[in-house]
Amino acid sequence: MDLYSLTLREAGELLAKKQVSSLELTSATLEHIHRTDASIRAFVTVSDETALAQARQADERRRRGEMVTPLTGIPFAVKDCISTKGVRTTCSSRILENYLPPYNATVIARLAEAGAVLIGKHNMDEFGMGSSCENSAFFNTHNPWDLERVPGGSSGGSAAAVAARMGTFALGEDTGGSIRMPAGFCNVTGLKTTYGRVSRYGLIALVSSFDSIGPMAQDAYDCASVLQVIAGKDPHDATSLSAPVPDYLKDITQPVKGFRVGIPKEYFQAGMEAGVESSIREAIRKLGELGMEIQEVSLPHTKYGLPVYYLILFAEASANLARFDGTRFGLSVSEGAENVIDLYLQTRREGFGAEVRRRIMLGAYVLSAGYYDAYYLKAQKVRTLLRQDFENAFEKVDVLVAPTCPTTAFKLGEKTADPLAMYLSDIYVVATNPAGVPALSVPCGFSNGMPVGMQLIGKHLSEDLLLRLGHAYQSVTDWHKMRPGMIQ
Amino acid sequence: MKTKESPKNDFTIDTEMVKHVAYLVRLGISEKEAQAFSPQLTEIINYFHLLNEVDTEAVKPASQISAIRSVMRTDQVRPSMPRPDFLMNVPHTEGNNVQVPLVFDEE
Repeated sequence: MDLYSLTLREAGELLAKKQVSSLELTSATLEHIHRTDASIRAFVTVSDETALAQARQADERRRRGEMVTPLTGIPFAVKDCISTKGVRTTCSSRILENYLPPYNATVIARLAEAGAVLIGKHNMDEFGMGSSCENSAFFNTHNPWDLERVPGGSSGGSAAAVAARMGTFALGEDTGGSIRMPAGFCNVTGLKTTYGRVSRYGLIALVSSFDSIGPMAQDAYDCASVLQVIAGKDPHDATSLSAPVPDYLKDITQPVKGFRVGIPKEYFQAGMEAGVESSIREAIRKLGELGMEIQEVSLPHTKYGLPVYYLILFAEASANLARFDGTRFGLSVSEGAENVIDLYLQTRREGFGAEVRRRIMLGAYVLSAGYYDAYYLKAQKVRTLLRQDFENAFEKVDVLVAPTCPTTAFKLGEKTADPLAMYLSDIYVVATNPAGVPALSVPCGFSNGMPVGMQLIGKHLSEDLLLRLGHAYQSVTDWHKMRPGMIQ
Repeated sequence: MKTKESPKNDFTIDTEMVKHVAYLVRLGISEKEAQAFSPQLTEIINYFHLLNEVDTEAVKPASQISAIRSVMRTDQVRPSMPRPDFLMNVPHTEGNNVQVPLVFDEE
């Protein structure tokens, strides 16, 4: 088997037995990227030199037996909104095209401390605004299962990279489905963590009350290994939770008999692709075979999830993106500027793509005097009802199961002319973020040759349970092991 | 608290409004772009009127969703980011200072 296609668990075992070195594993991965990524374009930056240096250090750590963790020597890459000291961090935006962060995000610092090897940065929709990766200011990323289709978004580069085995795992970021939706489109396992479970320090903010960093990998077991390292309180992020971090691998292989699964009826409405629905129904049957108790539940405010999500997103994003003004970092278009306002107008015109500008304008609009109550405040009230829907459901069941997306990956260019149609592809993934609850997307079948994802949604801080159920499902299915034809 | 009556579904964000909002958020846009944005923003805002169906008379707004209420920590003196690290990304500098165009009119 090719080294680059090993799971984290398999690679970790070979490293521990010293049957392979991190330098060999990392080199094989980098060579595979240089061969394969020309057609997929998952990476904005591949950092060969620093990766090889880190791999040598990891091998040295193993040789000396110092501070060895399950991640020591494992090559990974992250979505390009996560700050990496000295490695270009662009958010796939012209405005940050040449930005070199002077510090590491906490998640990067923790992975470095564990000895993991950073190999590069993934393409994304600009500032996380999009569902197809087509809003990257640089280039489109292609779905490894069909290069004419999108990988989903906004963590599209991360999902495509893991699907094509370009890096053993990835970190994505999920504001309203941005980990789960591309994971579903690309046959990858991805975890949106509970809001506050993972530090956001060094994450370039999109929506400060929604943003969650989480792992993307070949299976739930590997996601658990990564979460173990990145989860926990961080003094640099006041919203990070101080709840103790459980041992995510401790019970992951335990039986799942007797857990109660809720099927939200509002997630099975007209408009779902037939092959998606049949895959999900079959997966639910499989969960029943594992001894889980299946029952229908209702989340009555589901159809309001999308407008609530986008309204709050626009408002918070317009404030967060005010910092990009051409004075302290990033692009600065100062030619002919007579005053500082000219500098702002010119820089932000050149630096932001159309979708980012649309959302900043909409944010200012819904927050403006006279409209604040009708839009922003209204959305925050319905957000309370969305959260209560989940709380009520979790009094009856332990986990909710639903499709990740109503369709499989669509064609490049299919939805770019119609922003609202693009937003609607997020219909099943957005409600979790206003409620702050965690959700895991696992591969569960194919429809017309393209992958289908199933999401397991849990109550706050139930990542251990979601990963255990995901692992149980993956122990009796092989969907997650299937690889796109181009890398077989 | 009673919320104001929400706008009707047939309202439009015209190009003048687009240009006004764009200036407020310091986005330079052309006439042609304003014309393209106008129907798109109108369609999206109209979609949000779906929320008018929901009775929120007795519902409190959620400002955030975690259990954290107030976070305090001891004030500690710590070294800041070294000046050269900060200045590394600054587009225009003069000595150790960040340089920007005129902020106030000279009058």
